[in-house]
Amino acid sequence: MLSFDIRHRQGDFTLAVAARIGPGLTALSGPSGSGKTTILKIVAGLIRPQAGQVRYAETVFVDSTQGLWLPPHQRRCGMVFQEARLFPHLTVRQNLLYGAWFRRVRGGQADLAGADLAGIVELLGLDALLNRRPANLSGGEAQRVALGRALLAKPRLLLMDEPLAALDAARKADILPYLEKIRDTAQVPILYVSHAQAEIERLASRILKLEEGRFIV
Amino acid sequence: MDQLVAFFDLSEAEWVAVGLSLRIAAVATLCSLPLGVIVALALARGRFWGRGLLDGLVHLPLILPPVVTGYLLLILFGRRGVLGEPLDQIFGVTLAFRWTGAALACAVMGFPLMVRSMRLSIEAVDRRLEDAAATLGAGPVWVFFTVTLPLCLPGFLAGMVLSFAKAMGEFGATITFVSNIPGETQTLASAIYGFLQVPGGDGPAVRLVVLSVILSMGALLASELLSQRARRRQS
Repeated sequence: MLSFDIRHRQGDFTLAVAARIGPGLTALSGPSGSGKTTILKIVAGLIRPQAGQVRYAETVFVDSTQGLWLPPHQRRCGMVFQEARLFPHLTVRQNLLYGAWFRRVRGGQADLAGADLAGIVELLGLDALLNRRPANLSGGEAQRVALGRALLAKPRLLLMDEPLAALDAARKADILPYLEKIRDTAQVPILYVSHAQAEIERLASRILKLEEGRFIV
Repeated sequence: MDQLVAFFDLSEAEWVAVGLSLRIAAVATLCSLPLGVIVALALARGRFWGRGLLDGLVHLPLILPPVVTGYLLLILFGRRGVLGEPLDQIFGVTLAFRWTGAALACAVMGFPLMVRSMRLSIEAVDRRLEDAAATLGAGPVWVFFTVTLPLCLPGFLAGMVLSFAKAMGEFGATITFVSNIPGETQTLASAIYGFLQVPGGDGPAVRLVVLSVILSMGALLASELLSQRARRRQS
């Protein structure tokens, strides 16, 4: 269970949101500039909120009243961005194993059923890509690798920031089934940012609507 | 061909100058490397008071007359210098009129070129990749060594080559700080200068000039190739 209660100001935009996010896929929807991505970045630890708390189960990610702050690399939040953000100097296989390596260093237990390399390669159909470089991948292929890379780090929750927005309709249709598989096999809460209504209706088990930095009911 | 070989049939003193130049340039480049990386990182990423001042200080040797830089080194690191005296008395390290002093002068003169090249390559790194690495469990030091550094490597190498090339050609600051002592501080450039000061020295001077041009061109070409690779890698 992820819970947050945050206030964050950026210029004349104020984000003030609180929610508890359980298993399944929770979609954050709303117009651009409504603060969706900011919420994800605060949960991942890429932005430090000015005030509030974020916690996952017993672990405090941030608590401004106690001055607590857990840096992003200790949070184990798998994040998939709009752009794949693959490491250009590594092969697809090395990209996939990047997070897994740090996971092993810290002696983690498997939180994700079948989340080993073979399983992920099978799940996302990456077999033919393993020895290629990110520069030689299509947008859809790169995004599938990015998904696999996030899953192999065995995250305790998955954050997806418009993972399909940069792809054309055909590629979106290719990846949607994979996202459904991940939603149904991963035992972790997924926070999914999108403003595409069709995508949300197909994937989400719960929808949080955001407008001008606030949740609306 | 035979003529070419005969042309480069250098005397022992000339070989000593070439060898000394290479050694001084290598030591200058390698010793300034750690500080170069730190300063380049600070200038590219740091937000601190005095950043502009540091930037100016690093670039100063590029615009000061080399003789001024050499004189400042003499004041600071000479036997009776502000830093030179304690170095000499406490650590037994003498820089003035030694090849190590020549290496210091070359390091200072090449430093702006090294830092500039490194800084540009750090600034060109996509910070979003570093964010992605952090969410995958990599702490700041690991992010630097597994993402930032590999992406900057061609730029770092280019900076080292430039610093090396500058050191090979350095003259003004070196001769002011450590003079022109054969076998100790007489580099390629100061040997050429020495030959030009004596009657009949034109022949050996021309040989060394050609050698100097070849070495410098080689270094510049290597630097250009490396930065081209850097651009390709980041695209």
